[in-house]
Amino acid sequence: MRQTIQFTLNGLTTSVEAEESDLLLDVLRGQLGLFGARFGCGAGQCGACAVLVDGKVAAACHTEIGALAGKRIVTVEGLGTPEAPHPLQAAFLELQAGQCGYCLSGILIGAKALLDGNPDPTRAEIARALDWHLCRCGVHNRVMDAVALAAARMREGAGA
Amino acid sequence: MIPPMLAANPRLDRWARFEADGRARIAFGRMEYGQGVLTALAQMAADELDVPFDRLNVVHAATGEIPDEGLTVGSMSIEFSGPAIRAACAEVRALFAAAAASRLGCDAAELDVRDGAFLRGGQATGLDYWSLAGEVDLAREATGDASLKAPERMRLMGRSEPRMDLPPKLFGAAFLHDLTLPGLRHARVLRQPSPQARLRSLDEAAVRRAVPEVDILVDHAFVALICDTEADAARAHAAAEAAASWEGVRAMDPALSEAAALKTLPHEDFAAGAAKPGPSNRRRIAAAYGKPFLSHGSLGPSAGLAQYKDGRLTIWTHNQGVYPMRALAARITGLAPEAIEVIHGQGPGCYGHNGADDPPIDAALIAMRRPGQPIRVQWRREDEFGFAPVGTAMLMELSAELDASGRLVDYTAEIWNTPHTGARGTAVAESALPGYVAPPPPPQRLMPDGSRFSGGLLNATPSYAIETTRTLEHVIETPIRSSSLRSLGGAPNTFASECFVDEIAEAAGQDPLAYRLGMLAEPRGRTVLTRLSEICGWARRWEIGTGRGLGLAYDRHRGRGAMVACAAEVDVETEVKLLNLWCVCDGGLIVNPDGARNQIEGGMIMAGSWTLKEQVKLGGAGIASTTWDDYPILRFSDVPPIEIELIDTRDQRPCGLGEVSQGPVMAAIGNAVAHALGARVRDLPMTREKIAAALLKD
Repeated sequence: MRQTIQFTLNGLTTSVEAEESDLLLDVLRGQLGLFGARFGCGAGQCGACAVLVDGKVAAACHTEIGALAGKRIVTVEGLGTPEAPHPLQAAFLELQAGQCGYCLSGILIGAKALLDGNPDPTRAEIARALDWHLCRCGVHNRVMDAVALAAARMREGAGA
Repeated sequence: MIPPMLAANPRLDRWARFEADGRARIAFGRMEYGQGVLTALAQMAADELDVPFDRLNVVHAATGEIPDEGLTVGSMSIEFSGPAIRAACAEVRALFAAAAASRLGCDAAELDVRDGAFLRGGQATGLDYWSLAGEVDLAREATGDASLKAPERMRLMGRSEPRMDLPPKLFGAAFLHDLTLPGLRHARVLRQPSPQARLRSLDEAAVRRAVPEVDILVDHAFVALICDTEADAARAHAAAEAAASWEGVRAMDPALSEAAALKTLPHEDFAAGAAKPGPSNRRRIAAAYGKPFLSHGSLGPSAGLAQYKDGRLTIWTHNQGVYPMRALAARITGLAPEAIEVIHGQGPGCYGHNGADDPPIDAALIAMRRPGQPIRVQWRREDEFGFAPVGTAMLMELSAELDASGRLVDYTAEIWNTPHTGARGTAVAESALPGYVAPPPPPQRLMPDGSRFSGGLLNATPSYAIETTRTLEHVIETPIRSSSLRSLGGAPNTFASECFVDEIAEAAGQDPLAYRLGMLAEPRGRTVLTRLSEICGWARRWEIGTGRGLGLAYDRHRGRGAMVACAAEVDVETEVKLLNLWCVCDGGLIVNPDGARNQIEGGMIMAGSWTLKEQVKLGGAGIASTTWDDYPILRFSDVPPIEIELIDTRDQRPCGLGEVSQGPVMAAIGNAVAHALGARVRDLPMTREKIAAALLKD
């Protein structure tokens, strides 16, 4: 049965008409027209569709919309814009941390969740936090360097 | 000599022209899929023209808009498209310089170009490309006579310009998968379980109970479910899967998952090189190496769109070439190529012939049967793993003869594989259509010297001076849809041969590095290998069998391209842990050093993953490994620090670098593992079971 479900999406109150069992990824990419979360596997195995739900990383392809009433959802579109990039996005561009880029939306979300809880992660901590995310082009080292760079910049910013 | 790609597309204005908005319109026939090719080619164009990088309008790839350069494959864009765009732009510049000289009443040699403007004696002349555009007719055939910039005059080539395609990918935009059209319909195809399978029945009422609004298309064994939303299409597809019954479904033998099983299948044989060695009293050693079927493993399952309207078909694709897609669609639909337009969009990395050609053909077949409706087909993960072509398994049986001093004097590579480009120019949907007849195999491709080209023979013999070499290739009738995967047979062959060279060196009682240098005459290759030994600390190499290993390897890509050496340091307990990887590469002129490093490193990580983790499992009706759980790849915590050094040889011809690091890194890991264990794992992937088996055997 279709019903109205209300939540906060990238800081804005949003409501959708959907079946409770509709998947968040389909709702985002369908009626909401937000394409940043990407379809990769439909089974929560690759991380390409990662979003934040109340600050925790979740696979949008495996999250039913009915469970999200009243929750805060953040997608990559909620991080920054080309004009005002999030420090993570700026660092990824600076270090050219990407090839095909299909994994990057999810990785940026995973990295944001990491830095929200740990502003100064080690390389091993970054790797562990991103281990769920698959990258096929092999930009892992650049990604880890970019996350560390963004973390350093954010610490400087916070201290200033 | 005119570059071949320019000779094939000789009209200069197809490559470069100047637009009223003050930009230079540049077009090339290469597709960007994350390898950075657009940026590197644009650097070449802008440098030859001396136009600022930000005044280029690089044309979006579509039929009719860009030159036809076929497929973007084989790491050949920089090497083959590069000279074409450079020659075209150099000729355009010369034509404009002549026009400027005529206006100024001077010799063209007195003029220079800076930021698109003509200078005389360093002073502005008031003339630039745009003010002269009306006087220079670029609708003419290129001669290829203009001279290219010498390295010391290059301003943009050799600089790490940031990638043009990257920014949108960080802000949630960019991919063909995100394209919407007014009235777009989402479709899924109920795939034949195997190519010969026939649809016995489909309970359409059951599908409609799941999704009442579904439009069910059934044509012979081609079944599509068409809906307004992707979620509905997915539901309808799931219902149809349960409601369909097939006959004539193939039963795949799981034993065919192993490289050694290739020998049990029908094959055609091709011998090349020296005659078989006669009896001799030389020392002879032999070993067999194997590599299984591999998936391209693109992170995003492929997608495609199509619309058929007023007798014209439009296709949107992220495949490797818009003109080959047009030819494929024309053959399958029966439409004339002129009635088909193909528009390219960004897709997930493909690394060869993955599923990218298929959803657009699925969509086209549906669109032809539903005129007017724009149709989008998004493959599932299971489709991409299960129905996209895979890279062939290979078995490499190697033997060598050493003279009394231990020198390698005779080398034989006997290679078993399916055709490396077998599924090119085909779509998986074809076999479901009524009256399907398999297309004839493409004509034999030839090397520039007229000899037979085979992907299985790339780097089949080691890149050293060896007196006598021969190859015997067995081309197997493939049990599964297989096609090109990054480097074709090059990387597996280098894995085998460069591991075998370590075995040969051991048999000769020599250090692997010294043994290689002893038969490597090419000075650039010696520099590469020597420098590698320095940065990886070869001199510290320790005794064999400690559980920690250091190995290296070298090859010249395809025997004529970049010279590359890699080293690996590993720790082996029950599994292999990569501790460090190194690479030194001489690829001639490097157009974009950061892009080159990115490609080289990506290749190393992918090849590390092939070496340690990956194997397509056959079974059921075809491929049994259809999820990431069944097909593990290297993850963030598996990836070691990597050091890459590029040798500066900018006066040398530029080489493609997208495929060069894989073979040497695979062999370096193989040699490091053998050094760690004191036993050799010759059959990939180097899993816990294979390591245990190698230890038991030795």
